[in-house]
Amino acid sequence: MHGRPRRPAKPEDDEASAAKAAKLRDLQAQVLHNHHSRTYTKEALGLSFNLLEINPEAYTAWNYRKLAFQHNLRELSDPEAIKSAVDDELRVVEVALRQNPKSYGAWYHRKWLLNQKLAPVDFKREFGLLDKLLKVDARNFHGWNYRRFLARFLGVPDEEELKYTMDKISDNFSNYSAWHNRSILLSNLLMQQSKGFESKQKILSEEFELVIQALFTDPSDQSGWFYHLWLLAQTSTPEKPQLIASWPSNGVKLSSSFVREKVEQNTLSSIWCYSLQERIVPIVLYFDEPVKGLNPSSVKLKSDLVFAKDIHWRPLSVTDSGYSNCWTTQLEIANECNGLHQFSVEVIIPCSDDIVSRSGSHYNFPVDFSFSIELIGCGDTAEDIDLFRDPISWDCSEPFHPHGIYNSISFDQLKISSELVQEDSTWHLERLSDEIELFRELPDENSKFVKLTLARLLRACAAIKSRGRSLAERKGYCEEALGLLNDLIHLDPSHKRYYEDERSLVLMDQLTCNMETFMKHCSVKVQPNSAPMNHVQLCRLSLTRIGFAERLLWVQVLDLSHNSLRSVEGLEACQQLVCLNVSNNQISSFTALESLTKIKSLKVLDLSFNEIGAHSIDTTRYICSSPFSHKVEACEAFEECQQKNINVEDYWEAILFFKSANLAQLDIKGNAVANKENFRTLVMTLIPNLKWLDGECVH
Amino acid sequence: MAEAGAGSAPDDYPSIDPTSFDVLICGTGLPESVLAAACAAAGKTVLHVDPNPFYGSLYSSLPLPSLSTFLSPDPSTPPSPASTSDDSHAVVGLDRRSIYSEVETSGDPPEPSRRYTVDLVGPRVLYCADEAVDILLRSGGSHHVEFKSVEGGSLLYWEGNLYPVPDSRQAIFKDATLKVTEKNVLFRFFKLVQAHIAAASTAGDVAGEGDASAKIPEEDLDLPFIEYLKKQQLSPKMRAVVLYAIAMANYDQDGIDSCEKLLTTREGIQTIALYSSSIGRFANAEGAFIYPMYGHGELPQAFCRCAAVKGALYVLRMPVAAALMDEEKKNFIGARLASGQDIMCRQLILDPSYKIPTLDVPCDGSDSDLPRKIARGICIISKSVKLDSSNVLVVFPPKSLEEQQVAAIRVLQLSSNLAVCPPGMFMAYLSTPCADGSTGKQCIKKAIDVLFSPQASDGSEGHSETTSESSDDVKPTLIWSCVYVQEITQGTSGSLLSCPVPDENLDYRNILESTKKLFADICPNEEFLPKKSAPVHADDDSDSAE
Repeated sequence: MHGRPRRPAKPEDDEASAAKAAKLRDLQAQVLHNHHSRTYTKEALGLSFNLLEINPEAYTAWNYRKLAFQHNLRELSDPEAIKSAVDDELRVVEVALRQNPKSYGAWYHRKWLLNQKLAPVDFKREFGLLDKLLKVDARNFHGWNYRRFLARFLGVPDEEELKYTMDKISDNFSNYSAWHNRSILLSNLLMQQSKGFESKQKILSEEFELVIQALFTDPSDQSGWFYHLWLLAQTSTPEKPQLIASWPSNGVKLSSSFVREKVEQNTLSSIWCYSLQERIVPIVLYFDEPVKGLNPSSVKLKSDLVFAKDIHWRPLSVTDSGYSNCWTTQLEIANECNGLHQFSVEVIIPCSDDIVSRSGSHYNFPVDFSFSIELIGCGDTAEDIDLFRDPISWDCSEPFHPHGIYNSISFDQLKISSELVQEDSTWHLERLSDEIELFRELPDENSKFVKLTLARLLRACAAIKSRGRSLAERKGYCEEALGLLNDLIHLDPSHKRYYEDERSLVLMDQLTCNMETFMKHCSVKVQPNSAPMNHVQLCRLSLTRIGFAERLLWVQVLDLSHNSLRSVEGLEACQQLVCLNVSNNQISSFTALESLTKIKSLKVLDLSFNEIGAHSIDTTRYICSSPFSHKVEACEAFEECQQKNINVEDYWEAILFFKSANLAQLDIKGNAVANKENFRTLVMTLIPNLKWLDGECVH
Repeated sequence: MAEAGAGSAPDDYPSIDPTSFDVLICGTGLPESVLAAACAAAGKTVLHVDPNPFYGSLYSSLPLPSLSTFLSPDPSTPPSPASTSDDSHAVVGLDRRSIYSEVETSGDPPEPSRRYTVDLVGPRVLYCADEAVDILLRSGGSHHVEFKSVEGGSLLYWEGNLYPVPDSRQAIFKDATLKVTEKNVLFRFFKLVQAHIAAASTAGDVAGEGDASAKIPEEDLDLPFIEYLKKQQLSPKMRAVVLYAIAMANYDQDGIDSCEKLLTTREGIQTIALYSSSIGRFANAEGAFIYPMYGHGELPQAFCRCAAVKGALYVLRMPVAAALMDEEKKNFIGARLASGQDIMCRQLILDPSYKIPTLDVPCDGSDSDLPRKIARGICIISKSVKLDSSNVLVVFPPKSLEEQQVAAIRVLQLSSNLAVCPPGMFMAYLSTPCADGSTGKQCIKKAIDVLFSPQASDGSEGHSETTSESSDDVKPTLIWSCVYVQEITQGTSGSLLSCPVPDENLDYRNILESTKKLFADICPNEEFLPKKSAPVHADDDSDSAE
């Protein structure tokens, strides 16, 4: 029950509870004895009933009753007798539920009984029981669970159950369970396109209208806000998955070498690609929602190049769900060539039934783009590239010189336009704009829910604006959302980290959504003895997480120093990344860096002045979506370390990280872990090719 | 004694023994009956007589055919005996008067007209949590009367339409006619009031857990309620909802100078507190109001029964002809009944249909110089004003009908589930306080016109058949109506008490308040209907409301 204050126990209560405990212990011992000796007599069952009557949480007693029921059933053949046995058992559950209406064991026992299908179910009685129960506590989620179970069991149409949720909401709209069940039922009805539920837009509009009545009546009640968030998610997620970015992008020319004069004259027409040295071209496809089903038949490649091996698409995601926004494949070029040659690659994604989103929508927006690759024969002399002759220096205190545009950097070259998309977006945008207008009117100045919902609505609007081409409007939305999130950080400090993450996303969006602003952070880094690399600097922005990685697919040098990053999840999409600086952030474990192990080209990593090893309890394990797990392939690395007397238990995270990092330069000073015993040995052992460690040449 | 009975009364008046009582009460209206019950409970000997053959006097419920004679009594009543002087006391003749005037009936009463029971005090209800209910429970009167709730809630007439009155969180949520911003402001105001009530009620506790900051500041409590509502940014319609449909203000609160009775925030919040504690007091009562089955006449009867249980003696059809006065002390010491029998008493109480003899000046009526009136209406209709609801309250805020409408008009619709009319028919009571009878009546008629449509001239039922398709939108048809004006007089105290008449309010709070004062005059040291006076099974709350 809700809203009832606890009263301190009185001394006479102590006495009573001691007596109760003694009785319970006695009963429990007897029931356990009967359980072990498999005594299923009437008296023995009576004892278990007495126990459950007082303590419905005695799971063993339920299990014992279940076994006894099955045992005794064998001797019954008369359907009447079976029915009365089932009824008796149902009554036991009811008595237990009277003691505790939220007893998992009792509810489970009841469902198990009905699932045996031994006797016709008296649905009238079952629903009657439920009505009584939900009248006492309309938010008893066990009751709601059981209702869903019964509705499925009996085949009650979702429409009727939907009406029931409306009745309960009309009784009292502070009912999470009713709103929740409503969201489930509506999802089903919309998915099945049931009669009256053909138009998602119409239904969602009506639901918005309904929940807004609750929100405005009592903005301090949370249940409506949660339902609103669900509606918002339904409105802002795209109907069908779309490709929103790729690397290489349309029309880009990649090359394995470069001509120094051209760099100096700023007339470079191709992008130097690090992995081309190893004759590998990574392709990255980025969708607006997680999809699965990318394979050589759903993504077609046309090229005059010859690729070794079968083309294998893999999701770039730290979870194992199989769905991902971001997919990649590594093309291994098998051509023999002499002299300078140019080849073209065309990527074609037709409408496909293979590519499906989580909600089951198929990919429906055919895309076709191409890029070219410039190769130099093995014997030919090219500029000598030795990226790591000197350590790469990061100096973000130095004024940053945004470099002039270079035509190959582009994130909006994919021409995705379709009448269908436009139409949907218009409705979404109108709906969201209406909501924004409405909540701006809500005079509850300091309600965190109003602010949070407004911020989310603004973000959803901004997201839709990216699907069209009006990126400028997006900035306005971002600006307002940032203000709200800043307010929230002060208003509701207990959820500060969440708001900071949201703020980081908006900030990233704001900085990268429009060419003009973004270019202030972009340049081309030209190192001596090295090729020019696309450089992005996002320093001192108080970022706590990475967002909008789809706009960073082309980045080769990324400086994220002096932020408040707690994780780098999202960076796995940047398959071109060679150098990364995350120094002076708040990364507290190697687990938070797991994404980086998926970037094969990453050679330079600056982790200095973070908090790795500073916290004994690794809280990021609960924040990151998939912490490292002890996988079999790591055994070798563990053995190797054990041979060097490295304490594997202490360093398992570090071992897992470094074994898959193929770095040439690492900075890790300023972290607690760097001063620990054997850490240096560990790094040296696991990264044999490391040349620079904390500024010192080690090879 | 036999001579006295046979000599002057052809009706065969019974003679009464003993001839001396602590209290002699004439008239069985609610205040008289409550006083009888309270005096009897306090151990006084009580003789309670009524000139009518039924209980209730001005508070009774009558069968429809008896209404017109009650409202316009036959003027040829026997003249009161001339004032004479006896050996020990003077006999002062008592005249009766009618407080009703300008009775106007239209339409033929539907047959069987005896099945319609009409209240003289309508429109009137009880708050589930008000004092009347408490007194009923305390005295055990609740065992003699059954209630049903006004389950259809309240409607407010605003700018030509009827709107549901959003009186709770759920009602605000469900109300489709309110703008969302109005919902927000209104519920915020309710929360403020609730917090204030909670803080004020815990403040008295020893623990003092109540959050004092939740209280509405004193200076706001002294503000006119309407100013406070404006301060809380309630729209005019929401203000009307709170003032006239929840706080039940009678007079126009908008014109501060012209207003006869300006509600302060303190008073307004008091009524809202009563209203909100009424909702949900009885599990089986929907909404804040309940209505006694068979009509309001049941209430005085219930108290009379309580009094009888405690030993009061009851004689109906027994008018009091004259009062007996001690000539030396100039106070009343008894009364001469119509039977000619003289009854001695320490306290004589008369219902307000008796003119108080003018020689008895000590009355503390302060504003008696301004005679107030109420225009009342009684209607019989064939359909509910609100779909799917039986018992409904409708409020017309001041000026909502016309400029001259200075006070709120309240309408109470009752259905056959209260056993006041045959199934399928509805009774509607209207009232509005007024200074001048004809203006008041005009307002009542206007409200009737707005709510009901006149019966087709040929009187056939065919009319309603043709429009049955859109019957949801069709107004209920008015079958019969009666509009009249009632005077309001104050109760007076002294050695001859006169009880208050039914007032202009929706509930009995003020009447009971005056009654309690009268009781305090009679029995200065006695508790008013103490709990112990109830029979043993009085703890059973649930049966007081259906």
